[in-house]
Amino acid sequence: MTELSKTGAAVGEPVAGSPAPSAFLEVRDLKVHFPTDDGLVKSVDGLSFSLEKGKTLGIVGESGSGKSVTSLGILGLHTAGQYGARRARISGEIWLGGKELLGADPTDVRKMRGREMAMIFQDPLSALHPYYSIGKQITEAYRVHNDVDRKTARKRAIEMLDRVGIPQPDKRVDSYPHEFSGGMRQRAMIAMALVNNPELLIADEPTTALDVTVQAQILDLIRDLQKEFGSAVIMITHDLGVVAEMADELLVMYGGRCVERGTAEKVFYEPQHPYTWGLLGSMPRIDREETERLIPVKGSPPSLINLPSGCAFNPRCPYADIPKDQITRRERPELRLVADGHYSACHMAQDERTRIWTEEIAPKL
Amino acid sequence: MAGPHKGPAAAGPRTVLAYLIRRLIAVIIMVLVVLLATFTVFFMLPKWAGQDIAVLFAGKNSGAEQLEGVREKLGLSDPLLVQFWDFVKGIPMGRDYVNGSDVTHCPAPCFGYSFRTEEPVWTTLKDALPVTGALAAGACVLWLVAGVATGVVSALKRGTVWDRSAMVTALGGVSLPVFFTGMLMMGVFVHNLGWVKIADNLGSDDSLGVWLETLILPWIVLAFLNAAMYARLTRATMLEVLGEDYIRTARAKGLAESAVIRKHALRSAMTPILTVFGLDLGVLMGGAVLTESTFNLPGLGLQAVNAISSKDLPVILGVTLCAALAIALANLVVDLLYAVIDPRVRLG
Repeated sequence: MTELSKTGAAVGEPVAGSPAPSAFLEVRDLKVHFPTDDGLVKSVDGLSFSLEKGKTLGIVGESGSGKSVTSLGILGLHTAGQYGARRARISGEIWLGGKELLGADPTDVRKMRGREMAMIFQDPLSALHPYYSIGKQITEAYRVHNDVDRKTARKRAIEMLDRVGIPQPDKRVDSYPHEFSGGMRQRAMIAMALVNNPELLIADEPTTALDVTVQAQILDLIRDLQKEFGSAVIMITHDLGVVAEMADELLVMYGGRCVERGTAEKVFYEPQHPYTWGLLGSMPRIDREETERLIPVKGSPPSLINLPSGCAFNPRCPYADIPKDQITRRERPELRLVADGHYSACHMAQDERTRIWTEEIAPKL
Repeated sequence: MAGPHKGPAAAGPRTVLAYLIRRLIAVIIMVLVVLLATFTVFFMLPKWAGQDIAVLFAGKNSGAEQLEGVREKLGLSDPLLVQFWDFVKGIPMGRDYVNGSDVTHCPAPCFGYSFRTEEPVWTTLKDALPVTGALAAGACVLWLVAGVATGVVSALKRGTVWDRSAMVTALGGVSLPVFFTGMLMMGVFVHNLGWVKIADNLGSDDSLGVWLETLILPWIVLAFLNAAMYARLTRATMLEVLGEDYIRTARAKGLAESAVIRKHALRSAMTPILTVFGLDLGVLMGGAVLTESTFNLPGLGLQAVNAISSKDLPVILGVTLCAALAIALANLVVDLLYAVIDPRVRLG
């Protein structure tokens, strides 16, 4: 903690242990570790960010980078119902609307789930209960937090289904998930998440399981609803294209840590981390020359039990040997301020990074 | 994935009725096939083994003339299919056994006469069915409640002392044979402590108290055996269901954990439990042979054992028919319940 507050202070990071923040959502030094037989899996290892109402934060990274674990951690779902299994170890602070969640009574957090913070899951088919009708599942979410009778809740469910663009909502409310198409299911899922007007909406890869044709519709829907309800949205994805248009801020995760954070514009147009370059290079773009191939990020995601020493990205980084004295293999780079609100965790000098980006990477994209 | 939009799922009462009729016809056909097979085996086997069914009926010391009379009266010289048809026809219509002027009328439902007691088989079945039914019903309730509850708690407290001891007990329950636990309990509670008395016979004129007192130990013994299996099954299913995405969704809604378990997890876990339960119930209704023998309960199972050892062919047939019918009907009920539980199951 001393180390963190030291470095945190240096770069204007939120400091753990300081008083309640002014931001609507503020995550400070979040760590989510899972004890397993093979060792401690450090899925999220010291993550900090903040988010205002009405804004969208995109969290980007490969599978296993800790994106989903972060979102479940905010909702307190790692500790809910971990029967007998070795529980996740969570530390840090999560402030939502002036309340700290990690130290709070689980019942209080439970009551906030679904009402103040809601989540849209990746695969709506498996995330909806196959035995209950769509309407029943939406009214259930509404009635947990609102003391209303069945009829009122049903009316509300139909209203929400209508709002998310499901045709004939008064009929479809009695349909079961398997009777919906993938896109419809995700719309219903969104209706369920928004039924209580939550102030924080977390969308965990909301379009990954969908047809490309409906992906854009779903993203538009989320954006429209965000405007309407003024919620803060966290959009979790491995696809930079998904957050390109939506996100105000981007947070790039690698190996359970943040490697780059900044406004969407900065991260897209002046990325300051080789991993972000890799993500951008592996993204298909319509304006790219057809003859050019996508550039994959070589290698595979690191083991979260034994992260590579030094910079976690160094075994896959083509520029790992540029900084002197093998520092990338010895020392973990801290998140450092690059420009206003733009942070990067890389040992390379800023000039060097800017040069590589403008001369070597950007022209190929 | 993006399937066409189908209309509301609920099958109309008409499709359900049509489905029911189709299934009932299938049940009747199945029972007839089982019956034919049993009939063939039990009436042809003695022949192949060089035994005369008439001798089985009349006894070894009967004269040739007497045997001829038996053959004539029971129609034993007719071809197998004719005999079978007479037997099947007798169930709804009743039947006359004729040997010249010697006529015995067997009223419907006629399953023939026992070779041993010369009582109508139906009388035997009629007396045995309530015993087996009461045994099965009581044991079912006990084992479902105990087994499912234990399984759920075990799943929720996975890896704890509670879970481990429950599962070891369950393993014991599965591996200990009924006659062992049955004798042990009888030894302790009937003979040693004298807490319960087991009636020699159970009939419709016995009081409820007598029935309860006689059945309590068999219920417990039978339920223990099955509850053990259900506890293990429930635990495994619950653990699987609790890992499902929709359970996480239920929690994300802010539902209290008890509601998540009750409404979301248990409902899904019921499907496999129901499957096994339907089969078990059917088998049990055919007679819990070991339990009934151990406690000397005059149910179908005990009748079957006695009938087989005394080569009482008509009784064997009757019991087989009951068992087949019970299993077929139990399966039908399970299939209907599936559709009630899981909307994805369509009847039709």
